[in-house]
Amino acid sequence: MAVETRQGHTFGDRMPRKEDGRFIRGRGKYVDDLQLPGMLHSAILRSPFAHARINGIDVSAALEHPKVRAVITGKDLEEQGLAWMPTIAGDTQAVLATDKVRFQGQEVAFVVADDRYSAQDALELIEVDYEPLPVIVETPRALDPEAPVIRDDKAEQTNNVIFEWDHGDKEATERAFREADVTVKQEMIYPRVHPAPMETCGAVADYDVGTGKMTLWVTSQAPHAHRTLAAIVTGLAEQQIRVISPDIGGGFGNKVPIYPGYVCVAVASLVLGRPVKWMESRAENLMSTSFARDYHMVGEIAATKDGNILGVRVDVLSDHGAFNAHAQPGDIWPMGFFAIFPSCYDAPAAYAEATGVYSNKAPGGIAYRCSFRVTEAIYLMERTMDVLADELGMDPVELRRKNLIPAEKQPYESVMGWTYDGGDYHAALDEALRIADYPALLEEQREAREQGRIMGIGVSTFTEIVGAGPKKKCHIAGLEMFDSAELRMHPTGKAVLKIGVQSQGQGHETTFAQIVAGELGIPAEDVEVHHGDTDHTPYGLGTYGSRSTPVGGAAAAVVSRKVREKAKKIAAHLLEAAEGDLEWENGGFQVKGSPNQRKEMAEIAFAAYTNTPPDEEAGLEGVAYYDPPEMTYPFGAYVCVVEIDKGTGQVEVKRFIAVDDCGVRINPMIVEGQIHGGLAQGIGTALMEVIQFDEEGNHLNSNFMDYLIPTSMEVPKVWETGETVTPSTHHPLGARGVAESPTVGSPAAVVNAVVDALSPYGVRHVDMPLTPSKVWGVLRENGVEPF
Amino acid sequence: MRIQVNVNGEPREADVEPRLLLVHFVRDTLGLTGTHWGCDTSNCGACTVHLDGEPVKSCTVLAVRANGHDVTTIEGVSSGADLSLLQQGFREEHGLQCGFCTPGMIMTATALLERTPRPSEDEIREAISGNLCRCTGYQYIIKSIEWAAKHNAPTRVEVMP
Ligand code: FES
Ligand code: FES
Repeated sequence: MAVETRQGHTFGDRMPRKEDGRFIRGRGKYVDDLQLPGMLHSAILRSPFAHARINGIDVSAALEHPKVRAVITGKDLEEQGLAWMPTIAGDTQAVLATDKVRFQGQEVAFVVADDRYSAQDALELIEVDYEPLPVIVETPRALDPEAPVIRDDKAEQTNNVIFEWDHGDKEATERAFREADVTVKQEMIYPRVHPAPMETCGAVADYDVGTGKMTLWVTSQAPHAHRTLAAIVTGLAEQQIRVISPDIGGGFGNKVPIYPGYVCVAVASLVLGRPVKWMESRAENLMSTSFARDYHMVGEIAATKDGNILGVRVDVLSDHGAFNAHAQPGDIWPMGFFAIFPSCYDAPAAYAEATGVYSNKAPGGIAYRCSFRVTEAIYLMERTMDVLADELGMDPVELRRKNLIPAEKQPYESVMGWTYDGGDYHAALDEALRIADYPALLEEQREAREQGRIMGIGVSTFTEIVGAGPKKKCHIAGLEMFDSAELRMHPTGKAVLKIGVQSQGQGHETTFAQIVAGELGIPAEDVEVHHGDTDHTPYGLGTYGSRSTPVGGAAAAVVSRKVREKAKKIAAHLLEAAEGDLEWENGGFQVKGSPNQRKEMAEIAFAAYTNTPPDEEAGLEGVAYYDPPEMTYPFGAYVCVVEIDKGTGQVEVKRFIAVDDCGVRINPMIVEGQIHGGLAQGIGTALMEVIQFDEEGNHLNSNFMDYLIPTSMEVPKVWETGETVTPSTHHPLGARGVAESPTVGSPAAVVNAVVDALSPYGVRHVDMPLTPSKVWGVLRENGVEPF
Repeated sequence: MRIQVNVNGEPREADVEPRLLLVHFVRDTLGLTGTHWGCDTSNCGACTVHLDGEPVKSCTVLAVRANGHDVTTIEGVSSGADLSLLQQGFREEHGLQCGFCTPGMIMTATALLERTPRPSEDEIREAISGNLCRCTGYQYIIKSIEWAAKHNAPTRVEVMP
């Protein structure tokens, strides 16, 4: 059957995706698909110990392997000053270990061979003399005065503390707690999880000795930033480095950092003058590339007896693993945007303090489908809200309704220093409750309890903070967090848009074309979007923290408007009218009051190359670098219904209702898809996923049999999505980022539902993941009979 | 070892190591990179191809095992500008985002519809439960497969409940 061709989609349409044509045919081009003439393959030798001194490495047997071309160790890199690299959090990370290994799976040696299998074989031939050292796995132990100092490579480091940080008004918050009728306090752990995109991380480096140019194909969510960092790390001139981020098989934050494998392939290609590929295995992905979360938190709320919040207080111990490779939008934010924790509630006082520590675990933590720790913050707040509701004997919905920031107070100035962008939180909650039919659910729960079934209803309401970010507040490794778009119209009225953000499945080739289409009155089919090649796109900071639409999407709108300004001059020339007499109407310029004196964009574009006004340059193009004035604040209200099997402890998510407000939707179909995917990941976090270690620091979840992610069987049959649309006051299109709201809002809704189900038995909190064995234990401890 | 495999209807010959996995034979030796690789433990299904018409995880099959047999990969389910009904279904119903799991999903679903032209939702969920997708939350994948099933026999009159 022939492909259906469609014409004329624009902003706001459910346009089928442009990128699908190649993916459904198996014609996507991912990093591992690349085959270059003469390309070599590689493998990384990793530490079996979580903490050990390296007394020596013998690579001679590996070098004798007939198919091995090179073996690189930390010593070799040290000679070039490349044994350590900077992290985006301003720390250093070992590329290949020299002095010690600090987590199990750490990179020790890099083997280059003719094929993948030989490279793996040669790993067995390398002898490393390790002297095991005491290990820190449990985060609080990092603070023990007698704990071993993990980062003894850093002269100034005498303990395992990375930072101490606080934010908010401590005194006012203490006063609120003194004066409150009711206070609650809940300890909780947001466990270490992994983004686990279906494509692992990898790179191909091709150094051309003839031109001196290094081309790096990398699984990168931020190709431009990676190029700059690559230039700094390797000392190559930046214009001699070309980073190409081809099709990316999911990122979710996993593909933001620079990993040792990327540096090693580049070094190997420089040394050998041939292309070299490195592709990590799933075990390597789960063991060594960035984890997320690992937050040990205490949340407290002070309130009046009728449930008005007076103050919120948080204490956090944050585990960053062996190197601080935390994704943070600037050194003033060692906790990312955790300071959003009072969230959508009108809290008159709030205060957070935190300590970040090293441990003998993989470095991180990255923002897994998260805008820099907002996920942890919202989970903490939503869990503590339910604890407060329990303390007050109040319906959690009523408690939330009472404390949500009223729409009249928007744009709201939060006590933590954020300016919100116009959300109507009550409307979202009302809509979620309407879809859920909350009164009927409560009735159903009453009946279920009478029948001895364990059913729970969980609610979470939240605001996110996404779109980093305004240069007055944010940077990454010193780079301002603008994003960019370059638009060129061709004589035939077609356009090319080049952007600095990077899709990993979000569908930018479609949505960004829709933005231009909406602004210029041409079909989105006529706009081709380029991204992911630093030689051919304007500088941008990439895609993470839901920043594509808030920052890159705004740049696309702004550049389209710049092009329209020039188009107006050309239209005036063509219509022999004064510019001031023209108006923009339905995708063309017309003389005010005489709609038949009109020029469409396609005609104007043609004239830009064939009939330009006397005082105008030819061509029709522009570039925009957009500095967002403020963050955007997508928000939502979620309801989760669960039932627990008394015998097995299995939690079944019966229903999940998600009402999201991401402002104006560019492509509602894509928005829904993003929400579905994020909800599945949130449910995975709540019920299944955790990275664990034994006391020796052995990683216990290095494959998909031990690290369980949701399959088609663990997710509810229907994601009951709904929407409210309140345009963002901080964005030229009224849009907010959306893809992370579902992972931010859903874990708390699930846990709240499970705790609600168990509340008749006196349960107030259970830490994630709520696996059958954990819930089974809670049931038995609380005297629930299995049958 | 010399093997001959009938891949997407064409005989392909190569000298391979006995330990070479079918997924690497297809991807690296033949350059058919639509079949993906996503795990070490036969859990993800990104590598699903058909061996004599049956879906198999090609990371779990040695290339030599395919000697003298028929292998179909995603590149073989349609040709040129044409699309199979399932490929169309995935596009119509937004059954993919990053596209990495998509070829495997389509191969699994193709085998399902060959066996069960009108699968129930539960049958679809069960059939794809060995194919992981981290992006979509599965609902639109199910709808994509239902779309293809619905268009499978356009002459048949559907009685909808
Ligand atoms: S690669 Fe074959 S199942 Fe994962
Ligand atoms: S579409 Fe990305 S893994 Fe399925």
